[in-house]
Amino acid sequence: MDLTRREVAAPRAPLGGGGGRGGGRSDGRSVWVRLGLMAVPAAFFAVFFGYPVAAIVGRGLREGGHWQFARVGQVLGDPDVLHVLWFSLWQAAASTGLTLALALPGCYVFARLDFPGKRLLRAVATVPFVLPTVVVGSAFLALAGRGGLLDEWFGVRLDTSVWAILLAHVFLNYAVVLRTVGGLWAQLDPRQEEAARVLGAGRLSAWRRVTLPALAPSLGAAALIVFLFTFTSFGVIQVLGGPRYATLEVEIYRQTATLLDLPAAAVLTLTQFAAVAALLAVHAWSVRKRESALSLVPADSTAHRPSGAAQWAALYGVLVPTLLLLLAPLGVLVERALNGPDGYGFAFFRALSAQSDSATFVVAPAAAIGNSLAYAAVATLIALLVGGLAAAALTRRAGRLVRGFDALLMLPLGTSAVTVGFGFLIALDEPPLDLRSSWILVPLAQALVGVPFVVRTMLPVLRAVDVRLREAAAVLGASPLRAWREVDFPLVRRALLIAAGFAFAVSLGEFGATVFIARPDRPTLPMAVARLLGRAGEMNYGQAMALSTILMLVCAATLLALERVRTDSAGEF
Amino acid sequence: MNTHARRAAAATTSVLALALVATACGGSDDSGKDTKTVTLVTHDSFAASKKVLKEFTRQTGYKVKVLRGGDAGATVNQAVLSKDHPQGDVLFGVDNTLLSRPLDAGVFASYKAKGLGRVPRAYQLDADKHRVTPVDTGDICVNYDRKWFADKKLAPPRSLADLVKPAYKNLLVTEDAANSSPGLGFLLATVDSYGGKGWQDYWKKLRANGVEVVDSWEQAYNDRFTASRGGKGKGDKPLVVSYASSPPVEVQGVKPQPEQAPTGVAKGTCFRQTEFAGLLTGARNPEGGKALLDFLLSEEFQRDMPLTMFVNPVREGTKLPELFTKYGERIEDPATMAPGRIAKNREQWVKTWTSLAVK
Amino acid sequence: MLRLDEVTVRFGDRTALDAVGLDVAERETVCVLGPSGSGKSTLLRVVAGLQRADSGRVLLSGRDQAGVPPHKRGVGLMFQDHQLFPQRDVGGNVAFGLRMHGMGRSAARARVAELLALVGLPGAERRAVTTLSGGEQQRVALARALAPRPRLLMLDEPLGQLDRSLRERLVVELRGLFHRLGTTVLAVTHDQGEAFALADRVVVMRDGRVAQTGTPLAVWQRPASEFVARFLGFDNVVPATVRADAAETAWGKVALPAGTSPDADRVLIRPTGVRLTGPGEGLRCTVEARSFRGGSGSSVTVLLRPESGPALEAACSLREAPEEGAEVGALFDPAEVVPLAG
Repeated sequence: MDLTRREVAAPRAPLGGGGGRGGGRSDGRSVWVRLGLMAVPAAFFAVFFGYPVAAIVGRGLREGGHWQFARVGQVLGDPDVLHVLWFSLWQAAASTGLTLALALPGCYVFARLDFPGKRLLRAVATVPFVLPTVVVGSAFLALAGRGGLLDEWFGVRLDTSVWAILLAHVFLNYAVVLRTVGGLWAQLDPRQEEAARVLGAGRLSAWRRVTLPALAPSLGAAALIVFLFTFTSFGVIQVLGGPRYATLEVEIYRQTATLLDLPAAAVLTLTQFAAVAALLAVHAWSVRKRESALSLVPADSTAHRPSGAAQWAALYGVLVPTLLLLLAPLGVLVERALNGPDGYGFAFFRALSAQSDSATFVVAPAAAIGNSLAYAAVATLIALLVGGLAAAALTRRAGRLVRGFDALLMLPLGTSAVTVGFGFLIALDEPPLDLRSSWILVPLAQALVGVPFVVRTMLPVLRAVDVRLREAAAVLGASPLRAWREVDFPLVRRALLIAAGFAFAVSLGEFGATVFIARPDRPTLPMAVARLLGRAGEMNYGQAMALSTILMLVCAATLLALERVRTDSAGEF
Repeated sequence: MNTHARRAAAATTSVLALALVATACGGSDDSGKDTKTVTLVTHDSFAASKKVLKEFTRQTGYKVKVLRGGDAGATVNQAVLSKDHPQGDVLFGVDNTLLSRPLDAGVFASYKAKGLGRVPRAYQLDADKHRVTPVDTGDICVNYDRKWFADKKLAPPRSLADLVKPAYKNLLVTEDAANSSPGLGFLLATVDSYGGKGWQDYWKKLRANGVEVVDSWEQAYNDRFTASRGGKGKGDKPLVVSYASSPPVEVQGVKPQPEQAPTGVAKGTCFRQTEFAGLLTGARNPEGGKALLDFLLSEEFQRDMPLTMFVNPVREGTKLPELFTKYGERIEDPATMAPGRIAKNREQWVKTWTSLAVK
Repeated sequence: MLRLDEVTVRFGDRTALDAVGLDVAERETVCVLGPSGSGKSTLLRVVAGLQRADSGRVLLSGRDQAGVPPHKRGVGLMFQDHQLFPQRDVGGNVAFGLRMHGMGRSAARARVAELLALVGLPGAERRAVTTLSGGEQQRVALARALAPRPRLLMLDEPLGQLDRSLRERLVVELRGLFHRLGTTVLAVTHDQGEAFALADRVVVMRDGRVAQTGTPLAVWQRPASEFVARFLGFDNVVPATVRADAAETAWGKVALPAGTSPDADRVLIRPTGVRLTGPGEGLRCTVEARSFRGGSGSSVTVLLRPESGPALEAACSLREAPEEGAEVGALFDPAEVVPLAG
């Protein structure tokens, strides 16, 4: 019997063994296929990321016609810069660790337990992601700042400490872990863990030996994304950090947008690159050996109602702090949106609709909602297309080329938004690519941030699909495309939806370079919120809160709608 | 193989198609050869009534396309970077704290706008070359909470010198001069008033008197200022660095309109910013740009500005709206500073200020 | 129907298939038999088009399949561990190939029902594949492979994971089924019992080469080499010097059947050809162990330690089996002696 098991390894070789056994000449055509699939994402990144960033960095380093190498040493020798680099790194590491520690129990609860309002809560957890950081900062201050709830109840003020930054990072990134890790967890066959328990492993040890290794790739991906996001944190640091804390991103912004010291900005950008590249290398190295074919089952078959005191305790133990952490700041926003000049009501919302006709108002809310949705939809489509092709190309692991490409896709997350934004400005300014005043720049920049999400969410699942399922489909008469549609797609559809949700949320919240791109006058919800917040007076502030609430609702509704898309497709005829 | 190739080809084609559509749309959006459109590059705070922009189109036949590039600093720097291929025809939104860099970089082309005669000489900082045209002014001033001071039976401060008095200890919140425009303005006001050396002593005293520095205007005003109705009066600082126009904005839209704005302005603490517009070198539609510059100084536009951007018109004799005359203050003798001096010293001042006020 | 012509597949410096030639006739069931690593799964993958051959040709119905992708070859392959599509129910799995071939919904539904009845799972269409037992999964996999009426059905260790009694029953069922349907079958297995019960013809493979081809009976009766003999479970092999009608071995002189090739350099003596007598006669041996094999003949395998040469197995009935430790003599029946080469 044992002999037969060993035989299984042979056909698996092309999957697991990389270029070894399955490689050779027989894979010649799949190399071409992979290159073909990679062509589009590679071109996309070259034109809309590599070229602009190289242009702005090159301009900085070659200011005045000759290379400014002296500035490299000068900038890097500045103790302030080293301090900023150190702070960027350690706060990102701390934020990532804290986010994982707080979100993993949430992943378990969402993956394995059924409870009412689960979908709603999952959508709500993503809402912080789309809120403009000014609003998040304001909500967070209301909770943990001076005179906030924590201050009133416990006398605790976090706005003067780094804890405010860390907690806000958890608040923002909770959904990243919940969606990437929880998404895969829900599809893991619980019987494997059960098998380990039957073999004598304790509950925790079974989890550690069976489930954790299976989750490792997505866990690594989530940690990487959270780290990159917090490493390049900008808004949160600006709002909550106080003048004392600055990340490299903030410093690059100051050098570029305020002081126009391009050489200094270029050196800082390269420093940021180096840190991110080192991180990506470590990540690639650590994750490579852990990915394996998993036994995936439909997500809705793995969750059950809690049974027994332990599970109920787990449910409440996880949900209550989660709700406090996620909902309290959001609740503060809603409360402020409803707390009008004459007590609670919809006065601010009415003011929004009344002002939309008045000529003096900055943005008509309806138009802003429409613009936001349109931008986000286009950005999501681009991200899905580019990221989907990239993920398909990366499904089969092999070679340095592919790993390098994989890492390349992550770079935008670790690159200063202002670098990309200003790079667009000087790189895409001549025909045939004069896009500076085109609306497409905004979704393109948003897609740059969305693509890594799409790739990171889809890849673990795609790689977990057993090659022989595709082969089974092929032998039954399915062409490669059809096999992808029939076999991979149903399995990754869930991941695809998760990825789409992320890409959408990212664009709805105007992450990244978009702030620094000259935009045609199509104001979006976050822009309108920021403009209202920038004005004195109760009406303006209240309307900003009302608009933020609308933004939250739009986001939650879209994500809920995505979740509702049927994810199982058993028995199609 | 065939299907593989076809699949890749199909995908490639679809992306290329998308890109083409995108560029095509972008192209049609573009002011490129369209001489009927004039493109205004500006910052996020720019606003104008639709009615007024329509009036411009009616008078000149040009349609205005607005392109926003982030905050004022970023917008100006973008213009400097894209000097060879300007993003539009006219840039609006460079103030005297930022003016030197674009002038030195040659971003603007000379044009003497019609109506400049009605603008006081003091605002015409480039009067000999006319590369930029003053459009509006705004004053950065310490605001105070009227009710708070009335309740405490304390006279609100009126000057920079008042702010370091023990009576006003721990009452003032200001913004980071490195990242915030009002924060920088307040710093410049102290430099202008106390001179190249004296301002540092002033800040040492201010620090000793408990000035608090926060990151942004939003945080200072909405979360910390006691009179901010947006913060529901939960703030703890009755003095905040804000704008002279903040009191009128506080009461805008409030029904019924109060007798007096809830906040007042310490008139002796102000720094005046003048905002300029200019024709971009290499503009695709210079004629339209010139028409737009003329229009920015026209009575229609100047009268529209106070209620859309909360700034003061530069055109003499422009009638201010009642909101401003009733609730606002006229700042007679604000501090201000030549752009060249700001450009030369700004970074050093901010650095020194950071070590004095923050660290 | 199927013809392999000098097919070679290399993985790096390892040769999985080494100039393999093979013919499968229409409606014939051929079983490739070999130990793990002998290249038999690779053989199926080459025929299915899942693995490219480095050299040689694969012909189906006389047509060279070079460049024909798997989905256009019209063959069926039942994977060793089934590879049922987890997101589809039983009906969805069986109907998959039918949909790929563009069969209409109602026709497909009828065909699925027909096949499920055929494999003994009538009405199982809506069941989730994750709820099936191993044997049921096997049946569904078989139904799925058969559904599009492949011109050649390939089975990879078809009964590998099933328990013995189920396996024996299924072998009989499968053989009957294939004969009834007239399917051309190429199966691979490491289990000789399975191969002999299922196949019209057996192909024994070793290290990527065909070691022997023939009907189950012929292979059983005349293994071509020591490898085949040992693989079939015969351990009574000893080096021999062949002279005319007898061979010199460590067990003494062994009479050979008529017409033995002079190339033979060792002989196999089937356990049934080792007759036990008194210790004075023939090769003197000590009974080291005996194990009861059961079966209708109540046969016993007796392990002998001869005075010279390697251990020797003898088969005899329970009644005749000597006690452990007994001294016996062994005589060889020339009809059960097989000369081997290599």
